[in-house]
Amino acid sequence: MTTEDYTTESNNTLRNNGPEIDPNDPNKSIESAWDRHRFDIKMVNPANKRKYKIIVVGTGLAGASAAATLGELGYNVLNFCFQDSPRRAHSIAAQGGINAAKNYQNDGDSVYRLFYDTVKGGDFRSRESNVYRLAQVSVNIIDQAVAQGVPFGREYGGLLANRSFGGALVSRTFYAKGQTGQQLLLGAYQAHSRMVDAGKIVMKTRTEMLDLVLIDGEAKGIIVRNLVTGEIESYAADCVVLATGGYSNVFFLSTNAMGCNVTSTWRASRRGALFANPCYTQIHPTCIPQAGDYQSKLTLMSESLRNDGRVWVPKTKELAEQVRSGAIKPRDIKEEDRDYYLERIYPTFGNLVPRDVASRAAKRMCDDGKGVAQTERGYGVFLDFKDAIERDGEDAVRSRYGNLFEMYERITDDNPYETPMRIYPAPHYTMGGLWVDYNLMSNVPGLFVIGEANFSDHGANRLGASALMQGLADGYFILPYTIGHYLAQVPKAGFSDVKRPEFTKTKEEAIERLEKLLNVNGTKSCDVFHRDLGYLMLDKVGMGRDKEGLEFMLKRVREIREDFWENVSVPGTADGLNPSLEKANRVADFLEFAEVMVYDALTRSESCGGHFREESQTEEGEAKRDDEQFCHVAAWEYRGPGQEPIRHTEELTFDYVKPSQRSYK
Amino acid sequence: MRFLQSTIGLKILMAFTGIILVGFVLVHMLGNLQIFIPFQGISGEAAIDKYGYLLKSNAVVLWGARSVLLGAIVGHIFAAVKLTNRSNAARPRKYELHRWFSDSYAVRTMRWGGVLVLLFVIYHLLHFTVGVDAALFTEVKHCGPLEGGAANTCFVRENVIRGFQQPLISGFYMIAQVALGLHLTHGVWSLFRTLGFTSQQWSERSRILAMSIGGLITLGNIAIPLSILMGIIK
Amino acid sequence: MSGTLNFTLKVWRQNGTKDSGYFEEYEAKDISEHMSFLEMMDIVNEKLEAENKEPIVFEHDCREGICGSCGFMINGQPHGHKSRTTTCQLHMREFKYMDGGTIVLEPFSAKPFKVLKDLMIDRSAFDRVIQSGGYVSIRTGSAPDAHSIAVEKDSADKAFDAATCIGCGACVASCPNASAMLFTGAKVTHLGLIPQGQTERYSRVQEMVNQMDSEDFGHCSNFGECTLACPKGISLDVISQMNKDLLVSQFKG
Repeated sequence: MTTEDYTTESNNTLRNNGPEIDPNDPNKSIESAWDRHRFDIKMVNPANKRKYKIIVVGTGLAGASAAATLGELGYNVLNFCFQDSPRRAHSIAAQGGINAAKNYQNDGDSVYRLFYDTVKGGDFRSRESNVYRLAQVSVNIIDQAVAQGVPFGREYGGLLANRSFGGALVSRTFYAKGQTGQQLLLGAYQAHSRMVDAGKIVMKTRTEMLDLVLIDGEAKGIIVRNLVTGEIESYAADCVVLATGGYSNVFFLSTNAMGCNVTSTWRASRRGALFANPCYTQIHPTCIPQAGDYQSKLTLMSESLRNDGRVWVPKTKELAEQVRSGAIKPRDIKEEDRDYYLERIYPTFGNLVPRDVASRAAKRMCDDGKGVAQTERGYGVFLDFKDAIERDGEDAVRSRYGNLFEMYERITDDNPYETPMRIYPAPHYTMGGLWVDYNLMSNVPGLFVIGEANFSDHGANRLGASALMQGLADGYFILPYTIGHYLAQVPKAGFSDVKRPEFTKTKEEAIERLEKLLNVNGTKSCDVFHRDLGYLMLDKVGMGRDKEGLEFMLKRVREIREDFWENVSVPGTADGLNPSLEKANRVADFLEFAEVMVYDALTRSESCGGHFREESQTEEGEAKRDDEQFCHVAAWEYRGPGQEPIRHTEELTFDYVKPSQRSYK
Repeated sequence: MRFLQSTIGLKILMAFTGIILVGFVLVHMLGNLQIFIPFQGISGEAAIDKYGYLLKSNAVVLWGARSVLLGAIVGHIFAAVKLTNRSNAARPRKYELHRWFSDSYAVRTMRWGGVLVLLFVIYHLLHFTVGVDAALFTEVKHCGPLEGGAANTCFVRENVIRGFQQPLISGFYMIAQVALGLHLTHGVWSLFRTLGFTSQQWSERSRILAMSIGGLITLGNIAIPLSILMGIIK
Repeated sequence: MSGTLNFTLKVWRQNGTKDSGYFEEYEAKDISEHMSFLEMMDIVNEKLEAENKEPIVFEHDCREGICGSCGFMINGQPHGHKSRTTTCQLHMREFKYMDGGTIVLEPFSAKPFKVLKDLMIDRSAFDRVIQSGGYVSIRTGSAPDAHSIAVEKDSADKAFDAATCIGCGACVASCPNASAMLFTGAKVTHLGLIPQGQTERYSRVQEMVNQMDSEDFGHCSNFGECTLACPKGISLDVISQMNKDLLVSQFKG
């Protein structure tokens, strides 16, 4: 069989409804595109805004900032989250920082440079116009956050400090120690709280979206489950905004929170929204390796560790084996028996190669049997600070990484000052998501998707400190304007009729599904299926893929799904708090969603970003992009259970940043 | 916002009344320590007796001071009772097991220590101020003319010695002083916190101050019954 | 098995706010010392689920000590005996000393923290305290350039320390008075120490204290249990700062 056997390429290529861009025409240049677009789109009369109702699902950086800003503009916002408080969304766990083209360091940064870096970093698989706009509004985000009281790191003169991040040539990353995500989220949460107090946001916590309701093909409401009472409720509005984050938990173990899930976006996809580039996931190189089967999540450590740590594995399998069994200690391995493989393969960038390159190299070493984690498979490599400590002294290293070392020791009981850290890549961020146009609206009218939940700005690989920037750009500065274009065309504001048959029917389907889950009465906890699926997905649809493995996965995912619906055990009832049911409902969706990921990975037979396709490599074994065939976004249309989805494409044109093969040698 | 009804308002009330009471306790102790001053001259009048009489001689000053103190006590207790009730209501389900992180004894005895101090104060007033015989288990000698002399005086020294020669009374006084000292070691520190002295410097200063005041009051006041029991003061 | 630990878990089970609740004992066997406390709970629960019994309900999400979801009383202390740790970051190696013993698990107890089920409680009171004034009123888009006001590094650092609160509720749980002063004080201090928060500084403290009181939290006795229980080690100074601000607010129009 060939790749073409799996997919039907649709003739309809997607249009993103963005402004016309012409690099040679200053009036239509990318620099002025966002301004022109804001002028061109329709607007809602300020006095009429209070007549509209907007549903926002999710309260992370994107959701909270959007809800707050929409509330400030006068709209009535109905906001949902499954956690007990909007402040707990997983944006809170982001450590490193947020990029902005402020050029406060006077080192030559500019909007254009941030734009350029982001397009290149995404391996030429993102939309230029979106990325340019992102770089433009990045500066406003910092102003906004500072005014909210976000305590960014400062210099002694009282001005904001910056660090360089992910090998960028300029220092443009703003940070609040290792808790930038927390501080930015709390800033957005406070702005959000202010609007709750003002009555412009009605906040529903502990409420999980189960389905999207379409009326005449437009998104007009959602069905949710009140996680405390178990009640299935319907909510109607003039449009729906999804800010529900990424789907890394499809890999079971990831740096995501336990509750992160694909349910909202997948349910929307089942209702017709296209899922774009689902196979683009980011595997972050510096995480603490898995220690045992019981493990529930992976912990990320800031990438900054690679500034001073040296990555290595033992030169031979035999030595690695002895390290794994504990027969020899890492520090006892002689210098000549160590392979500092990043420095060896990439002499120019060394340990500072981009995330995707570092991750892939670690996997290759471990696949060759040189892994050093003290587990059966041994998946882990060393990150050694010995030289840094000898060169700069322990105190200097402590002042730079003290909190990270402390965190590492707390989790592993190993002291990184005395023995090298063990690290291994872990699923972290998902660049794929629901397809959106320049207005951040999906192909379903009235359904907007923001933050990690959409596919837009990062292409095939996300650069460090870009996710916080994108979430807040969408929520504070883009969606609040572009949403008006749709709302202005809504015939009558204030839709609230949940008695419509569309609501009743969708609600019934949701209830039916939950009952089905409860009535399987099997003997296996749903974690068993999730773990099975996740390990296989990481192995076959993670950093390295080949056709054979992907074809195997197409079958295997279906088998696990069938097994799940026959043998899962979901105790308790639907009429109250039941975390087992919540979990099973999410896992059921991962089991469906995984299939479209596999289709996407299978069809995209090129290597790009962190996605290494064995069949597409250079003679030196490096990733080889195929711009002839794959310089496009792939967006998948769901066609029904067990049926092959339809692949739509949006061509990507690069008028400003010309695609080149990335080289870090 | 009704300031005095807020939890913080009540705490600030406790802090201010606390300051008055601590001041009083300190001065009171200094007065008491005059018992160690030997008899003066030929008249045979004890310094503490003279001092006692002096305090009582001006009714306006006396009752003025007493009402300030009474007000402080009432305020202090009012706030304490209100906050205690609130605290009890704030945790309807008690823990099966509740372990403390800190091992400070003083903080955990604030409430019952405070009650003990209050009981002591009542007894103490009956004993020496009002002079109820039953409280002393023996006769209290009230202020009056000096034996064979024209001047009036108070027989503080005699009453104190007679009282403290009874081990039961001395014992109670000494226990109460320990309770008072503990109450102050936390209370004085706490009042600085409540009044917003936030800096690290103030935190240390106020802790030293609290320890010193608590210790001083306990030692100073215990010295009296102890000396009497040991026969140093006769 | 060598290198593993065994415990009896004495767990508070309560089916809903109105239920009276009771303790039930579960066996946790062959627990690796590298597991986190919640991973041990996962194992107990996975077994219960396979037997089609209702698992022990506890709140958790990020499992890296930052979201503030997790937390219950472990042997009488919120997040257990190890200082500056959330329950999800507490590892079983800390319990080696009591191998074979009984670990008591109870939900945080305070009047505003109603038990929803087992070890899961309702902390929405915290949200309402923030909603009452824990913000700077700045409309999106109206912010001046971030460098228009320099902030002294010392106060910026102090503000940051106060801002690291994760809202887990351990302070309330450990406080003998079930007071929320450390939580409220942290936000009052964070915003009160930086120039951006000055305009609303004194109205903010009044509104927030008012809301905190009306949620029926207890008062502060400066015992300091909260700061010792706090996974982020928020200083008791934030309470003192709040007291001061409230006192000063009485003299400002």
